[in-house]
Amino acid sequence: MNYLFTHLPQVGIYTLQHLALVGTSLIIALVIALPLGVYAARQRRVGRPLLGVLGAIYTIPSLALLAVLVRYNGLGFWTPVIVLVAYAQFVLVRNIAQGLLGVDPAQLDAARGLGLSSAQRFWRIEVPLALPVMLGGVRVATVSMIAIATLAAYASAGGLGTFIFEGLSRQYPAETLAGSIPAAILAIAVDALFRGIERAVTV
Amino acid sequence: MSDPASAGAPVRFESVTVRYPNADRNAVDDVSFAIPAGSFTVFLGPSGCGKSTLLRTVNRLVVPRNGTVFVDDADVAGIAPERLRRGIGYVIQAVGLFGHMTVAANVAVVPELVGWDRQRVSARVDELLALVSLDPARYRNRYPRELSGGEQQRVGVARAIAAQPPVLLMDEPFGAVDAIVRSALQDETRRIARSLKTTILFVTHDVDEALRLADRIVVLREGRLVQYDTPLAILSAPATEYVERLLDTHDVVRRLTLLRARDAMRTQTGTTSGSIDAGASLRESLNAFLQGAENLAVTDDGATIGVLAFDDIRRALHP
Repeated sequence: MNYLFTHLPQVGIYTLQHLALVGTSLIIALVIALPLGVYAARQRRVGRPLLGVLGAIYTIPSLALLAVLVRYNGLGFWTPVIVLVAYAQFVLVRNIAQGLLGVDPAQLDAARGLGLSSAQRFWRIEVPLALPVMLGGVRVATVSMIAIATLAAYASAGGLGTFIFEGLSRQYPAETLAGSIPAAILAIAVDALFRGIERAVTV
Repeated sequence: MSDPASAGAPVRFESVTVRYPNADRNAVDDVSFAIPAGSFTVFLGPSGCGKSTLLRTVNRLVVPRNGTVFVDDADVAGIAPERLRRGIGYVIQAVGLFGHMTVAANVAVVPELVGWDRQRVSARVDELLALVSLDPARYRNRYPRELSGGEQQRVGVARAIAAQPPVLLMDEPFGAVDAIVRSALQDETRRIARSLKTTILFVTHDVDEALRLADRIVVLREGRLVQYDTPLAILSAPATEYVERLLDTHDVVRRLTLLRARDAMRTQTGTTSGSIDAGASLRESLNAFLQGAENLAVTDDGATIGVLAFDDIRRALHP
């Protein structure tokens, strides 16, 4: 524990790098997952095989995927971002589709009958009603991305994993803990934050 | 509430035929009839007779394969669906209040879509909640999940008529509430219908509900129109055996609910035991006779205007 407190400035830098990795990946992942999730909900025949493929990607060990990608894409920030984005797709697309499919059909029928256009129905009715389930997916995806982002150090992309890999190679557990404890705290804090938001938007 | 802007519009069906994909017969089969502006018309028949499908052709939730639907003498196929629907109220059995919006926000949906300013919308919400017997101060900011089934459907009705549509569609609106609430909602619907002048198209499979509410009844069977007339005319002269069975027209007591004391009385004086209001049904009058009354004084606003005897009821049934 001492190591953690004597290296606080470095912990701060790695934490910021970690957040940059996860934040960037989350934004890119959402930009991809939102249209995919909506499409999977609208076209069930496409949705099922799509989720199958994303589920298969989800089961690839992330370290193995990263190792392969480093070969082709080189070291640096973007290689772990690709891994995180690919890994998050399954949970995000699944929850976005589930949220939309879970919307009460009577409310959609009423919305149509009252004269809301399809865009108005989507943004004013479907999205707000699906939001708790969608946000649940964002929460789970983000928490696992915080964990997986510790592997980014393997691609020389920094983050809290740097302490972990260094500590492991130097057989110095205190340094390993200086990476894993802040990562765990980060994950717990983000989980609590998203749970709070979910509660606030749940009707 | 008198509101000149909400005067009803006529609705007309011309050779309307609907067929769903993969169905082996037409859901609606060559139906033609005209509904006058401001009338209360009930579509009656068992499930699968096409009554809901026919109703949903009016706001283009269902598009006919053949034929034309006119609202206010305009072919609905020529009006953009969203614009058409904002001018036609829509109430469904499952209510479908938006769960993430307050009661006030639900009622305000269509007025806001058509661009009313905030003050006008807010005043209208209060007016409508009062109209459907919900205290605005208590209900405005509640969420649908906090309401009973009956309260939810009152809000559903308020939402449907919020922007003063000339036509109101009601698809089995009271099918999911218990008998006592349903009866209260029927009374209120009748009262609201009278005050609004809106043309109301109401779907039900409940014969008593139809008789209670309708100016005119459309009897449907397997997608075809079987009879279209006033409740009394249908009960007195059913067009087919199917109508006879559906409405149980041999049950004369049912017909008595549609006849008024005013219509059967004789304008004379005599000894009476008890009195009855001129607007009361002959069924209520029969009840009084069975409880021992001999002759009833028929009163209107407190003044006696005639006498009703047991034989008058029999005469009213066989004129």
